[in-house]
Amino acid sequence: MNRILEKKQLSETVFQMRIDAPLIASERQAGQFIILQLCKDYGERIPLTIADADPDEGSITIIFQAVGGTTKKLAQMNVDDKIAALVGPLGTPTHIENFGTVVCVGGGIGVAPLHPIAQALKAAGNKVIIIMGARNKELMILEDEMRAIADELIICTDDGSYGRKCLVTEPLKELCEQEPKPALAVAIGPPIMMKFCAETTRPYKVPTQVSLNTIMVDGTGMCGGCRVTVGDETKFVCVDGPEFDGHLVDFDNMISRLGSYKKQEAGDHHCKLDDV
Amino acid sequence: MTYISPEKLADDAKNVLEELNARIEPLKPKDRMAIPAQEMPSQDPAVRRGNMEEVALGYTPEQAKLEAERCLQCKNAPCIAGCPVAIDIPGFIQAIADGDNLKAIDIIKESSLLPAVCGRVCPQESQCQAPCTVGKALKSVGQAVNIGRLERFVADWEREQGLIETPTVKPETGKKVGIIGTGPAGLTVAADVRREGHAVTLFEAFHKPGGVMIYGIPEFRLPKAIVQKEIDTLTAMGCELKTNFVIGRTRKIIDLLEQDGFDALFIGTGAGLPRFMNIEGENLVGVYSANEYLTRSNLMRAYDKERSATPIFESEKVAVLGGGNVAMDAARTAVRLGAKEVHLIYRRTEVEMPARVEEVAHAKEEGVIFHLLENPKRILSDEKGWVSGIECLRYELGAPDDSGRRRPVAIEGSEFEIDLDTVIVAIGNDSNPLIRQTTPGLETNKWGNIIADKTGKTSLDRIFAGGDIVLGAATVILAMGEGRIAAASINKMLVED
Ligand SMILES: Cc1cc2nc3c(=O)[nH]c(=O)nc-3n(C[C@H](O)[C@H](O)[C@H](O)COP(=O)(O)OP(=O)(O)OC[C@H]3O[C@@H](n4cnc5c(N)ncnc54)[C@H](O)[C@@H]3O)c2cc1C
Ligand SMILES: Cc1cc2nc3c(=O)[nH]c(=O)nc-3n(C[C@H](O)[C@H](O)[C@H](O)COP(=O)(O)OP(=O)(O)OC[C@H]3O[C@@H](n4cnc5c(N)ncnc54)[C@H](O)[C@@H]3O)c2cc1C
Ligand code: SF4
Ligand code: SF4
Ligand code: FES
Repeated sequence: MNRILEKKQLSETVFQMRIDAPLIASERQAGQFIILQLCKDYGERIPLTIADADPDEGSITIIFQAVGGTTKKLAQMNVDDKIAALVGPLGTPTHIENFGTVVCVGGGIGVAPLHPIAQALKAAGNKVIIIMGARNKELMILEDEMRAIADELIICTDDGSYGRKCLVTEPLKELCEQEPKPALAVAIGPPIMMKFCAETTRPYKVPTQVSLNTIMVDGTGMCGGCRVTVGDETKFVCVDGPEFDGHLVDFDNMISRLGSYKKQEAGDHHCKLDDV
Repeated sequence: MTYISPEKLADDAKNVLEELNARIEPLKPKDRMAIPAQEMPSQDPAVRRGNMEEVALGYTPEQAKLEAERCLQCKNAPCIAGCPVAIDIPGFIQAIADGDNLKAIDIIKESSLLPAVCGRVCPQESQCQAPCTVGKALKSVGQAVNIGRLERFVADWEREQGLIETPTVKPETGKKVGIIGTGPAGLTVAADVRREGHAVTLFEAFHKPGGVMIYGIPEFRLPKAIVQKEIDTLTAMGCELKTNFVIGRTRKIIDLLEQDGFDALFIGTGAGLPRFMNIEGENLVGVYSANEYLTRSNLMRAYDKERSATPIFESEKVAVLGGGNVAMDAARTAVRLGAKEVHLIYRRTEVEMPARVEEVAHAKEEGVIFHLLENPKRILSDEKGWVSGIECLRYELGAPDDSGRRRPVAIEGSEFEIDLDTVIVAIGNDSNPLIRQTTPGLETNKWGNIIADKTGKTSLDRIFAGGDIVLGAATVILAMGEGRIAAASINKMLVED
């Protein structure tokens, strides 16, 4: 079982944990995720991005927002507690090369999965421009970490409590209008944000990668629960993704699929954390 | 078929057995064939629609004895040729007739390692029971000796009596064998290789071992405790189990051989890639693969709404597409989860249905509505992107195709709609590409199945494979049989090393 080595609270609902997972730490690449479970008999399997890893220490870092049953329980766990089941690294790693100038757009909790990708793009020699957005200043996470990577950092909040008062699509549009245009945009955040980022870059033909956070069960291609429509094809996010061409993803279908269990998730479950 | 209560079946069997016991002269074949074939006692359909407990309850000792007396002990024993692992069927049945259950189970275990499972889930009517002389003489496979039920009876007897022993393990050889996947194929290899004294590590992607026997086949058909018992035996023999371990991701095949010191590997990763129909509406909310639906219910225990954190769709009207065991399991699970209407849509007729006869009968008793010679054209949506119905076409049987089965042809203009909120696609599985993609040099065929020779060996040195990953979606007994062959090859190779 995987021990929690460190816990930090990044905002009211966002937490960061460093977890003992030596094999995953040594294999993982940017863009990959894990699936964890807090109780082997009755626990739900939820996917979380590997935000960082330290192969020498044998640890991985996850950053998550407490939104529902499992993430709220996880948020209550502490250093030295153990995660009942942790499997990974899953998903296809991000394709990293020197594209030139890359814009990385992170919205809310999406900054967490964006971080390792921005880091890898920077290491590959790209000029990395980062746009970070959140509803307000309080919800902005990983600012220092992103600043350390960025050649240019643009911060926006919905309410103007920090940085520019606008949506992330506004600076993204400005960058697309400049010459030379960015060679690539990477947008990670709530589905609706990714959808509008893709709409923003489309007229400028700036290739746009998005990372999809569908509902998953196994994470190995066995159930098809994570499927999305990309162009004319059905793709499985857990094995074909999580990253796809944002200009081809059917976001409306993905958003309705995410709502599949709204009714059921509203209730509380009584799984004891018996494996902890 | 009308439902007969377990009490009545038990009483009837007692009475017939008393008559037989009162006879002085030995039974002639004619007398044996006059003994009524023993029906399987089962839960009342009206009751079992609302629970997950096992439907088939198992023979009483009297029923088992009577059923065993039906066997003619044929010299040529055609039944043996029908069993993929060639169990000495007349041998074990004679032992039951003699009242020696221990001898019966020992005979079975010479050939099969999972009798409690195979007795329950083998498609007996197309395997061991198909060529049975009694069935032939009575002109119905349904009248054949119920070999599978007898096999289940002795396996359950052994477990319930607490007689399952941990097989003896030879002295440690220092050799290490890695087994990827813990379905019937992997579990069989583990047992056979460990017995020879080699160290065994089992790798499983999920958090629980057992493969399809745990995540796919529901509790009401195969109680999980039975599979767990097999796994407990393996751990008692000293096999190491690593769950949450995805080969190809957590570790690659090549690393296991080159860095982790494994002397041989067995790949038994099954056929876990759901097929879809590629029709309009397949990604709407409310459309599932049977794999997802069954995994949520079985492995994640979503049916236990009070305790499980994993949600499952609360459906009112469900359509299941397909006609195999997977389709029956999905339909019957939907019934148990409270759906008011469950439709099963299959494009051929009942004769061609690949599902076990017993499962089809059980599904009907539980109220599943069968639509034969019909096939979906598209899935209909409401304005929110949720399933609202399905449009189907009626079919008729045309000329026979390559497989000799008459091909269903759509009747033009026969479209009709059914109102629904859930569609479960159960039209089969292909093999998962993960290992293939991450193991250069591993040869596969055009369907993505790993190619293995008669000994179970793949194109790569020291790597063996078997079960659904080689055969395509097949059966538990075939997976087990392939496991035995591969294990023998591994043992031979390690001795010669
Ligand atoms: C590849 C991948 C990587 C991810 N990485 C991260 C990460 O690094 N940090 C993070 O905080 N989250 C991440 N997510 C999302 C995370 O998995 C969900 O927030 C989590 O499953 C919610 O579980 P829960 O039991 O706490 O909430 P639930 O009670 O299951 O759900 C609460 C609410 O969230 C919605 N929801 C359910 N599943 C998801 C989902 N997968 N995505 C979005 N909304 C969902 C539900 O409809 C419900 O309204 C990732 C998802 C994927 C697929
Ligand atoms: C719903 C359903 C009902 C069925 N009913 C019947 C029936 O009534 N009778 C019958 O005979 N057969 C039935 N079958 C078919 C039967 O279950 C299979 O043929 C059999 O289980 C195949 O065994 P296997 O060992 O090859 O693989 P599986 O049982 O599929 O096990 C493979 C295991 O490998 C694991 N795995 C996969 N990839 C990896 C990886 N990369 N790393 C680590 N682990 C991995 C999987 O998680 C799984 O646990 C049914 C199948 C299904 C789905
Ligand atoms: S293993 Fe299956 S086919 Fe063989 S005798 Fe038993 S039930 Fe019949
Ligand atoms: S064919 Fe039937 S009757 Fe003959 S030995 Fe086999 S089971 Fe008995
Ligand atoms: S999560 Fe099951 S196939 Fe992707």
